[in-house]
Amino acid sequence: MCGIAGYYGGVPEANSLLSAMAFALGHRGPDAHGTFAVPEGGLAHTRLAIVGLEDGQQPMSNAAGDVTIVFNGEIFNYVELRDELRAQGRRFRSGSDTEVILHLYDKFGEDCVSRLNGDFAFAILDRSRGRMVLARDRMGVRPLYYTEKQGTFYFASEVKALLQVPGVEAEIDPVALDQIFTVWSPIAPRTPFRGISELEPASVMVVESGRQTIRSYWSLDYPDRSEAPHHISEEAATEEILALLTDATRIRMRADVPVGSYLSGGLDSSVIAALGAGMAPDGLKTFSVTFDSAEHDESAFQEEMAKALGTEHRKVSCNEGDIASIFPEVIRFTEKPIIRTAPAPLFKLSRLVRDSGLKVVLTGEGADEVFAGYDIFKEARVRRFCARQPESAIRPHLFRKLYPYLPGLQRQSADYLASFFGADAAPLDDPLFSHRPRMRGTAASKIFFSGDLRAQLAGYNAADELVSRLPQNFARWHPLHQAQYLESRFLLPGYILSSQGDRMAMAHGIEGRFPFLDHRLVELATSLPPEMKLKGLVEKYILKRAARDLVPQNIAKRAKQPYRAPDSSSFTGAGDLDYVRSALGETAVADNGLFNPKAVEKLRAKCLTGSVHGFRDNAAFVGILSTQLWLQQFSTSKNRAAEAA
Amino acid sequence: MSSSVKDAVKAFIRENYLFGDETVELADDASLIENDIIDSTGVLELVAFVEEHFGVVMDDAEIVPANLDSVDRIVAYVGSKTSQAIAV
Repeated sequence: MCGIAGYYGGVPEANSLLSAMAFALGHRGPDAHGTFAVPEGGLAHTRLAIVGLEDGQQPMSNAAGDVTIVFNGEIFNYVELRDELRAQGRRFRSGSDTEVILHLYDKFGEDCVSRLNGDFAFAILDRSRGRMVLARDRMGVRPLYYTEKQGTFYFASEVKALLQVPGVEAEIDPVALDQIFTVWSPIAPRTPFRGISELEPASVMVVESGRQTIRSYWSLDYPDRSEAPHHISEEAATEEILALLTDATRIRMRADVPVGSYLSGGLDSSVIAALGAGMAPDGLKTFSVTFDSAEHDESAFQEEMAKALGTEHRKVSCNEGDIASIFPEVIRFTEKPIIRTAPAPLFKLSRLVRDSGLKVVLTGEGADEVFAGYDIFKEARVRRFCARQPESAIRPHLFRKLYPYLPGLQRQSADYLASFFGADAAPLDDPLFSHRPRMRGTAASKIFFSGDLRAQLAGYNAADELVSRLPQNFARWHPLHQAQYLESRFLLPGYILSSQGDRMAMAHGIEGRFPFLDHRLVELATSLPPEMKLKGLVEKYILKRAARDLVPQNIAKRAKQPYRAPDSSSFTGAGDLDYVRSALGETAVADNGLFNPKAVEKLRAKCLTGSVHGFRDNAAFVGILSTQLWLQQFSTSKNRAAEAA
Repeated sequence: MSSSVKDAVKAFIRENYLFGDETVELADDASLIENDIIDSTGVLELVAFVEEHFGVVMDDAEIVPANLDSVDRIVAYVGSKTSQAIAV
């Protein structure tokens, strides 16, 4: 895991620019850094040494010296690939996975990506063919951003490195803001930074002769509903999942440093920790975050699992005020406004891992997307169930079963439940059927947008854009698969793996590894019948079956508790800090021009009374505060004004 | 009576759910749910407001969109409850 940056084309001060870009990515790679500059382009790398500790320095060139790579991530099947290449007569100068990519590129060109099983973002400066090739892993674990300035192409792992390029300004993109306040993240390739794009997951980009060509080399695909279903017994599916998950974990334990594991107390991380513990010869270290508030805390389950596995377990608490005190730092690393505070505790957790002397952790992330664990999948099923008999006074009561942790919902009448979830009105053939209530609930927070911002966004609809991005065969998939696609293709890379994943871990130089996102397992899961994933209202049914001998029954059978953190309440009491008051104050809000200052003041006052419990108000509070912090930290014009003052 | 009830209800909705935003037109018969003005927590805030402001007690069975999902419905509900109280 590392940070990468560079350019293709001419720049006047190559070495100082590359050094500045590397410096901006120092947190991603504290172990070493290197640069490479030739007239055609330049590369910078900051290294977190995990594989090939002594000989994996980057940028790394081929034997001829005309192809040079910077690479962020890991190729988990590099051992098998290297053996294969050696058998074909290729010689290796290092033990690193980076050199494997160089050889594969030499053999297959940019198509080499389809051979890689890993989490990666890389750039290859190929002087022999006069081009630069960039690629990103299938699910979007590792980030890659790019922009162009005066005919030169620039790229980096994080935007803060691109902001070192003279003339690249940080200006907020209003459309991205609309997307965040609707679907929780910008819709790639758009980013919150106007003019700066993100290379989408599973994409290869070739820059040559002043042109950029992007193509997708892999995509999520689900069975056509009109065709005969793939016949596989539950027993066979269970065995196949367990075998693949075990192998996915095994190759993710490959490292020249110890590998630990996050442990949330839920099924997914417990399964991964159980598999990892069996593969760690010196024992596994596990790490958890705990909360004071009972509705968020899972420490009893974490302790139970750690005890069952005999791991060396460490935990960090996230108390009142903690989230507020680290929130500005969190936004510096997410580089995006966010509408939930959930990344913040993970920032503390990765710091605990670093302070414990580890660099790599396994996590259970991805299981909810791949095996249909989220409540939103069950919610959509109940909504369809209600829509079949709209007059029913009984059916909407099922919504209560879905959200036992939301007290406000438990007290609602069936009529209200049906209305809130749109069960009596939403068209069943709406491609976004599963996500409409969430999108509507989030978009309601746009009531705080200023008149100017609303005018700029007139006629724009983020949901429509999402629909326009769906693949042609989407309509032929089962509704559960449609919902899984929406989660896996957009929210997973845009928010879960980015704001909660890579960015929070890399803030402290920690590499997260995700066995559930091994593409072999993803492909198997997409091919399975929907009922094996969501059986009635039992989420991740087939995974639970596969995990039955790995985790205690108490954990295997517990109701899913989504990972959440206190939102607006984090900024009251001990969290009512000066910077919050300043960022949400009338002057700051009016100066930035994105939100209505008086409405924001009323929202903050409501929050301080402790009466903000609803999703809309919480999302608005966190979204507005994080946007204000984003502007403070990144906006070029703001920073210039501050410097002048 | 009903105009003062209506004014109070509209003022509460504008202040508490619209945060003073005057640009949102609030028709008396507009659905608070369909216009994304109120969510599940908002309903409970509305119940608390109706009870505390108009001195009525809402049974669980009365907490339904038919009584609360527009300004007109809230006014009619409050009217029916207060007239019951007078009749008693």
